[in-house]
Amino acid sequence: MSNTPKTLFEKVWEQHVVVEPAGEPTILYVDLHLIHEVTSPQAFEGLRLTGRTVRRPDRCVATVDHNVPTTLAERFNIVDQIAAKQISTLRENCKEFGIELFDIGSREQGIVHVIGPELGITKPGMTIVCGDSHTSTHGAFGALAFGIGTSEVEHVLATQTLPQSRPKTFRIAVEGELPKGVTAKDIVLAIIGQIGTDGATGHVIEYAGSAIRSLSMEGRMTICNMSIEAGARAGMIAPDETTFAYLKGRRYSPKGEAWESAVAEWNKLPSDPGAKFDRELIIDAATLAPYVSWGTSPGMVAPITSAVPNPADAQTEGERRAFERALEYMDLKAGTLLENINVDRVFIGSCTNSRIEDLRAAAHIAKGHHVSTHVSAMVVPGSQAVKDQAEQEGLDLVFKEAGFDWREPGCSMCLGMNPDILSPGERCASTSNRNFEGRQGRGGRTHLVSPEMAAAAAIAGHFVDVRNWSEIAETAEAN
Amino acid sequence: MEPFKTITSLAAPLDRVNVDTDQIIPKQFLKRIERSGYGEFLFFDWRRLQEGPNAGDPDPSFTLNDPRYKGAKILIAGKNFGCGSSREHAAWALSDFGFRAVIAPSFADIFFSNAGKNGIVLIRLSEEDVALLLNRAATTQNYELTVSLEAQTITDGLTGDERFHATFEIDPFRKFCLIEGLDDIGLTLRHAVALDTYETKHDQANWLKPRPAA
Repeated sequence: MSNTPKTLFEKVWEQHVVVEPAGEPTILYVDLHLIHEVTSPQAFEGLRLTGRTVRRPDRCVATVDHNVPTTLAERFNIVDQIAAKQISTLRENCKEFGIELFDIGSREQGIVHVIGPELGITKPGMTIVCGDSHTSTHGAFGALAFGIGTSEVEHVLATQTLPQSRPKTFRIAVEGELPKGVTAKDIVLAIIGQIGTDGATGHVIEYAGSAIRSLSMEGRMTICNMSIEAGARAGMIAPDETTFAYLKGRRYSPKGEAWESAVAEWNKLPSDPGAKFDRELIIDAATLAPYVSWGTSPGMVAPITSAVPNPADAQTEGERRAFERALEYMDLKAGTLLENINVDRVFIGSCTNSRIEDLRAAAHIAKGHHVSTHVSAMVVPGSQAVKDQAEQEGLDLVFKEAGFDWREPGCSMCLGMNPDILSPGERCASTSNRNFEGRQGRGGRTHLVSPEMAAAAAIAGHFVDVRNWSEIAETAEAN
Repeated sequence: MEPFKTITSLAAPLDRVNVDTDQIIPKQFLKRIERSGYGEFLFFDWRRLQEGPNAGDPDPSFTLNDPRYKGAKILIAGKNFGCGSSREHAAWALSDFGFRAVIAPSFADIFFSNAGKNGIVLIRLSEEDVALLLNRAATTQNYELTVSLEAQTITDGLTGDERFHATFEIDPFRKFCLIEGLDDIGLTLRHAVALDTYETKHDQANWLKPRPAA
């Protein structure tokens, strides 16, 4: 064994190499396979067709999140029969193959990337996969976690492994103190804006630096979650005391002596001093501001204080045409101040920003104010546990009194597979992760923002700089 | 998986960058539990007029509605094709529609893997070559390309100095699997003994288990 310094990624990768056949991809062991209703039915069917079975049901966890309605009335009586069939298919598959399912109505149900961490299933050093690109979320714990397609879901079910070629490494250090009003969401939007939506293709990002270390686990999850929006295979953050404090005492966290020995292992994971990365980028936290996306790709972002950019200023011809097409779709004119863009809808939720800290931050802005008369706003907690916690803290009342709809947990309007969608032409301030054309509903226009920025936009009726919220709120009240 | 040898086919130009999987197959078609039948939903919104009195009708300006490209098995597109959601439905839709190869300057990672598992060959060419092919496919009647996976070449039917000829890189193992049409799970299970040995040892690492040992 050499003493070459290793990165966090290399340590996790090497521990999971089953075999490295010459001239072929590495066979990588998977510690945890998360399963949901949308990307799994064809995989289970594939097992049946080939006479295979699930190798390790104990390393699988399933829930329903993408299709579930977020109103109590519809939840247990799903109108969309195709969605209902997909959910019942997951139930049958979990039963047939002995996989634990957190179903609608259970206290553990929620967005797959919210419940893994909150139940203590997600742990540092693990390899985690799921048929969902936002699996990168779990990297916040120092796990190697990435999204896979349905053929790969079937492969993991059958073998508990995946053939993988080794990705490159990319260290992004955010150094310094985050300015007031600037959140984890703004950090990741700034990174995607800077490196582009294909800026990290083929790489695993390790986020480091003092600004990252200062974040809570919720904030770290927001950042790792959107790694895929920069094209990265995965995002990771080294585990530390913040990680351990979050995990301690959770249902599936180790207890007693097992906890002590787990922490000892987890403490070995951070990148060694001098470890080499294929690429590095340093960002000065002091230069960051609250961001708003203005286009139809998550790289099309700008600080709230700026204006919609002019396609003529694009760097390349391809980019110029993409800008023009985005502005046409978004019905925006170059030079319009972001603060002058009105919104019709506000969505606070998704695997990016639906955890308790996100809801606390949004409620803090909303408290004592009221949603603008021309805005319809909804809050969708990421899980039943987040919803219960928020209700214990009285956040539901803050939201309801302010005129927000308070919903049941699920993916909801992040991708609109359930009844929560935008109508054509509607403009939405959203805490989700993708502003693609039609993502939240055909013809809908999505602007990605932090929970604070979304709540402030709901109340003001247009985007505002949340750093000036106390003055803005006074004016809004006076009107 | 259908083995891929050499194809000669019309090439359809889709001159857009960052084509995401939400556009390739919109969410409303992800609720089905079948693996086939997605072709008719490929680029569902882009293929239809979104506004005006004829909203919902085919948009004649969209490439795949142009009768010139009917039957095309090769798609040419801008960089970062297949970004976004991991939905394999995107690969299923392209394949079901009839595409066997996509040419672009770059592809997103998860889509790259999904396409390979469905017998679609993804070919990375330089920005300049892709721009040239997009232009030729848009302006030349019956513009055909020949993709040879065996030789790792792309050529068109033009003659003399005009003839397009490029070679492309592909991972040798991926090439082998595509040409043979091999099932990944079967390939992995060749290592069953190594897997059993590894797993027995790995299972002792309790800190890497989803749930604590009983």
